[in-house]
Amino acid sequence: MTDNAYTRRVFLQRSLAMISATGTLPLFLQRSAFAIDNPLDAPLTSSRPGVPDDRILVVVQLGGGNDGLNTVVPYADSAYHNARPYIGIKENQVIKLDTHGKTDGFGLHPSLGPLKDLYDEGLVSILQGVGYPNPNRSHFKSMDIWHTASPETGGQGNGWIGRYFDNTCAGEPEANACIAIGDKAPLATYGEKISPIAFDDANLFRWVGSELHPDLAKSYDQINRAGQDATADPDSPAAFLTRTALDAQVSSEKIRSAMAKPAEQSYPNSRLARSLKMISAMIRAELGTRVYYASMSGFDTHAGQLGNHNRLMRDFAGAVTAFYKDLKKQGNASRVCILTFSEFGRRVKQNASGGTDHGTAAPMFMIGDMVNPGLLGRQPSLTQLDSNGDLKYNVDFRQAYAAVIDRWMGADSKAVLGRSFKHVPIFNPKKLA
Amino acid sequence: MANTSTSPIKPDRFGYAEAQHLLNRAGFGGSSRQIQTLASMGPADAVDTLIDFPSTTDLPKPDIDPDVMRPLTDAERRERNRANRNGDEETLARFRAMRQTAQGADRRQFANLQQWWVDRMITTPAPMQEKLTLLWHGHFAVNYRGCEDAYLIYQQNELFRQNANTSFARLAAGIVRDPAMLVFLNNDRNLKSRPNENLARELMELFTLGVGQYTENDIKQGARALTGYTRNDNDFRFNSGQHDTGNKTILGKTGPFNGDQFVNICLAQNACPQFIAFKIYKHFVADVAKPNDADPDQKRVILKIAADLRRRDYDLKPVLRRLLLSEHFYDPSVRGTKIKSPVELTVGTIRALATPQRSGRLLLDALRMMGQEPLNPPNVAGWPGGRTWINTSTLFIRQNLATYLITGKPPFDTGWTRKQINYDATALIEDIKNPTPQAVVDRLLALLLGGAARPENRAALLAFLKDHNNRITNDTLIALLCLITAMPEYQLC
Repeated sequence: MTDNAYTRRVFLQRSLAMISATGTLPLFLQRSAFAIDNPLDAPLTSSRPGVPDDRILVVVQLGGGNDGLNTVVPYADSAYHNARPYIGIKENQVIKLDTHGKTDGFGLHPSLGPLKDLYDEGLVSILQGVGYPNPNRSHFKSMDIWHTASPETGGQGNGWIGRYFDNTCAGEPEANACIAIGDKAPLATYGEKISPIAFDDANLFRWVGSELHPDLAKSYDQINRAGQDATADPDSPAAFLTRTALDAQVSSEKIRSAMAKPAEQSYPNSRLARSLKMISAMIRAELGTRVYYASMSGFDTHAGQLGNHNRLMRDFAGAVTAFYKDLKKQGNASRVCILTFSEFGRRVKQNASGGTDHGTAAPMFMIGDMVNPGLLGRQPSLTQLDSNGDLKYNVDFRQAYAAVIDRWMGADSKAVLGRSFKHVPIFNPKKLA
Repeated sequence: MANTSTSPIKPDRFGYAEAQHLLNRAGFGGSSRQIQTLASMGPADAVDTLIDFPSTTDLPKPDIDPDVMRPLTDAERRERNRANRNGDEETLARFRAMRQTAQGADRRQFANLQQWWVDRMITTPAPMQEKLTLLWHGHFAVNYRGCEDAYLIYQQNELFRQNANTSFARLAAGIVRDPAMLVFLNNDRNLKSRPNENLARELMELFTLGVGQYTENDIKQGARALTGYTRNDNDFRFNSGQHDTGNKTILGKTGPFNGDQFVNICLAQNACPQFIAFKIYKHFVADVAKPNDADPDQKRVILKIAADLRRRDYDLKPVLRRLLLSEHFYDPSVRGTKIKSPVELTVGTIRALATPQRSGRLLLDALRMMGQEPLNPPNVAGWPGGRTWINTSTLFIRQNLATYLITGKPPFDTGWTRKQINYDATALIEDIKNPTPQAVVDRLLALLLGGAARPENRAALLAFLKDHNNRITNDTLIALLCLITAMPEYQLC
């Protein structure tokens, strides 16, 4: 409460200080101007010393429950082949992950070839056996649990990314602090301070009324670009709305002109690839966004899994790899960390429909220049299962979140997650520096 | 300084603008004629008309099948258990397919239910009933994700509707016996031997007392009181075999309490009327994120509402009547300063302009993109509201939605032409004897903004007309409406 009151006051003072000088600039321009000459010495995002403010997190959600065992395949374990005589991937089909010349018995799904290229370059960290206590096998509930990082409450409360912003932003956060590609902001991005931006199609990130009358655009611009009235109380709702309206116009131009530019890298044709291509364009355009969120779905492979999962793996690897290469060409690769997750893995034993049912622990991928490459965590036993026939997790997903929040985003994971978690060593300290 | 008096506003100070404010906040706004009718009644009758709404039992019911998500019959359960024991994968696959078919059908009927509610808000002769239903829905928030049964959601929606203006005590008592809530907060798994604290916690934190008004031990003890509160398909069921009959100490009271008594203990706390008063204030009067964010004037009024609630044993009508009649409610600091929720924006634009019927599906898509999908709030805390509704993307969606409502042009349809407009905006100005540009612009601003446009924005409208030789046609009127609904101040009411 007191924190809130404090930041509101800071914001108010700051706004007053700015208004006189920059009455009609959009918010984020005011901010940059302000950042140069910051009389209150209040950090705009309170990062830890030494953590650059321009780092970006991209979350990739695999919706439906990705089959972890057919993604990172324990091909050397006979229990795997026994449990999956029909849908199991044979040793001669997997892409073996032979790190440092030694065989550890794991391989990637045959359609993850492009990802293996990144892996070989030391850009991929695979966290095995990631889950949480008392796993929930409902898609929605388990997804909410991952989004809120709150298994204890069954996934209630605000999102972990939203709480990250709550705990790091002084005053009004950046207009474009968090952008999700999709028709609805994911629960993970809900917080008290930010209102996460979500859109599917940059062509709708503008007023379409101007298509009615050619000269409506002129009047619309007069109305929406007026900016904050110098005499208005900057903390009033009306002033907030005129600021946001101006921000929207500027963001719209930036985002649409960014999207109109051809990417430096070709992308395959899939939903995730389209989303990541949009994100890459926005990163290139320097929107000031700290977290992007993209998702793909269709992982609920109860039946006919082989063909479906093959396509999903191809789309996933193709999209993520193209995205990384694009960032590299832009010169932004070192600023971007990619985190992928799914709400649960799938049951060890195949079912009668050539598919798998809802399960528990599964691998997460962390991708970027800064990661500790290779296999992290530990693959759960395929024979010592829980009463449902599911894997017992070894790594709490919040151990990964905590590492990302503390090390990559430079915030305080304890404040965001409610308690401390032992980090998974996702990041290579040398590469972080 | 705001006027914090809760004495009734003087009849001679209740005109068109005040009636409009009342209808915006207590309902979803309305046409000029509806506002005039309300204004002519005087404040007391106007408020009574809204609160003592007529019976709405004749309104259409949703098309919803209560049995889509029915539990397995005994015979089916035996068959499945047998298949489980024998590893009969084919039978198990059949059950799985059956379940998936049911889930698909239920999601479709849930989408229909959402459209039904939006349509009801648009057409009901009792808007305050729906506005209150929306309040209780956001307060006792359950979403489809956590419940996956459209009929349970509908039942809960009816609980809110039927008790919308009756008594908060009845709503609170009803919610611990509401199957949707019991499923959503896992109380169907709250067993004597293994209590689940979810409902007990939220009952105190979010539904009655607010954060910090109870201890973790109160939660543990309260959870025991709620053991055995479960459901049988669509009905509440008290499973006495799973109910913990031992003594509990909750909020300083000791006894062999059950869930209903636990609710009463919460209602008897001083914190409860204050918390509910805050929620009512937030819904009808001002965007205040949290109780502690209220300024001293607001706090004063909230305390008065709380005292009313307590004195009236949580009866809602007299409390709402006093609030909506109060001088504070009509204070300039209150009017035109609240950010419209997406539902208020959508329903309000349609009701004010009497626009033609639009695609229910498109409206629902827009509501989702604006962050307020009815019957599907993000979590148990409901929608935070206020400024969180607005960001650079939702602002465009709000503007584009209004354009769609007025013109019928879907935002993504590039082949659409002006000829397809099927809305007659000239009806809005037909009674103006001398329709000068100023008179027309002021009429539209009065209807949509209560006259509260920035002077520069009014000038922009006049300039647009001037560029079109000051012709007042349906075409230019539609253009003006699209511009007004795209003004930042249109997001306020």
